[in-house]
Amino acid sequence: MLTVSLYRYNPETDKAPYMQDVQLDTGGKDLMVLDVLELLKAQDPSIAYRRSCREGVCGSDGMNMNGKNGLACITALSETVKNNKLVLRPLPGLPVVRDLVVDMSIFYKQYEKVKPFLINNNPAPAIERLQSPEDREKLDGLYECILCACCSTSCPSFWWNPDRFIGPAGLLQAYRFLADSRDTATADRLANLDDPFSVFRCRGIMNCVSVCPKGLNPTRAIGHIREMLIRRAT
Amino acid sequence: MVTQVTSFGRSGLSDWVVQRVSAVILGAYTVFLAAWVICSPDMSYADWTELFSCTAMRIFSLLALLSMIAHAWIGIWTIATDYLTPMSFGKAATKVRFLFLCVCAVVLFVYLIWGIDILWSVK
Ligand code: SF4
Ligand code: SF4
Ligand code: FES
Repeated sequence: MLTVSLYRYNPETDKAPYMQDVQLDTGGKDLMVLDVLELLKAQDPSIAYRRSCREGVCGSDGMNMNGKNGLACITALSETVKNNKLVLRPLPGLPVVRDLVVDMSIFYKQYEKVKPFLINNNPAPAIERLQSPEDREKLDGLYECILCACCSTSCPSFWWNPDRFIGPAGLLQAYRFLADSRDTATADRLANLDDPFSVFRCRGIMNCVSVCPKGLNPTRAIGHIREMLIRRAT
Repeated sequence: MVTQVTSFGRSGLSDWVVQRVSAVILGAYTVFLAAWVICSPDMSYADWTELFSCTAMRIFSLLALLSMIAHAWIGIWTIATDYLTPMSFGKAATKVRFLFLCVCAVVLFVYLIWGIDILWSVK
């Protein structure tokens, strides 16, 4: 028997959030956490969470499982359960809409700030803007981000200043466009990052790296941005 | 771009560089003083006075003092903007933070003047 401790909160009926303990027979199978949630939802349809692809591609089901952020659909019980107990909470630091569903507006706002699209004001060539294989390689480890928010919501600096610190997810994308040989807005992009909050609130704690379900390394990208800012200023 | 008037250099990069450079200076000063104390087992008041009355030592000490002040300001400002925010203090946050920073600024200023006074009083 697995004890699942679920964070429940329905702002329409509950005064405050509470933890609900539910017993579940997993039939001895090493299920994914999302499967557990589906089984629980079959018993109690009022449980709310987000999910879509159920294979680690869409980034919808980021949540906090036994204290660590991750995607429920690709986290096996054997990876996270200790002493037959599974504690499920919403991603920390964001307003809760209901149960495991959080309001990601501020996360997207930070993403929007880094202008996550290619800027190139040169006349477009007849067919396409070419990039050498070496330059293309520089984007590996950056473009794969699925914006699940596991990293930013595990970052203390983002908890304290979610409106001013861009956070690991946004900064990984900031670097993705700074590193792109086809982008011509590098100077403007850097000028927008050189304040005490946007980038420099990162204190290198590396929580982001330890939770990213895609194995990406925002801390390294942040280091590269810092280097570019230093080079620009000296 | 997030603007902020109370940070040390107003730019994240300059704060970052100042914090690191001042840390190196403070580290060097600490190592030097510790080494000096270890290397002079029967140190007397006269030795200590002699060390601090030479100009090079005065410059080094003043540099360490200024580094301490810059380092402390950046660190305290960071802590204040992490924890003394509307998240914990609601509407009063700006007042609380400003007051805290003012007290810290006065303490650091006192340290600076007092420190210079001490350094230059050694004859
Ligand atoms: S960097 Fe990783 S953890 Fe962060 S949003 Fe992207 S995929 Fe999710
Ligand atoms: S390394 Fe930086 S961005 Fe990543 S969790 Fe730590 S403070 Fe946040
Ligand atoms: S459901 Fe799509 S990532 Fe988990």
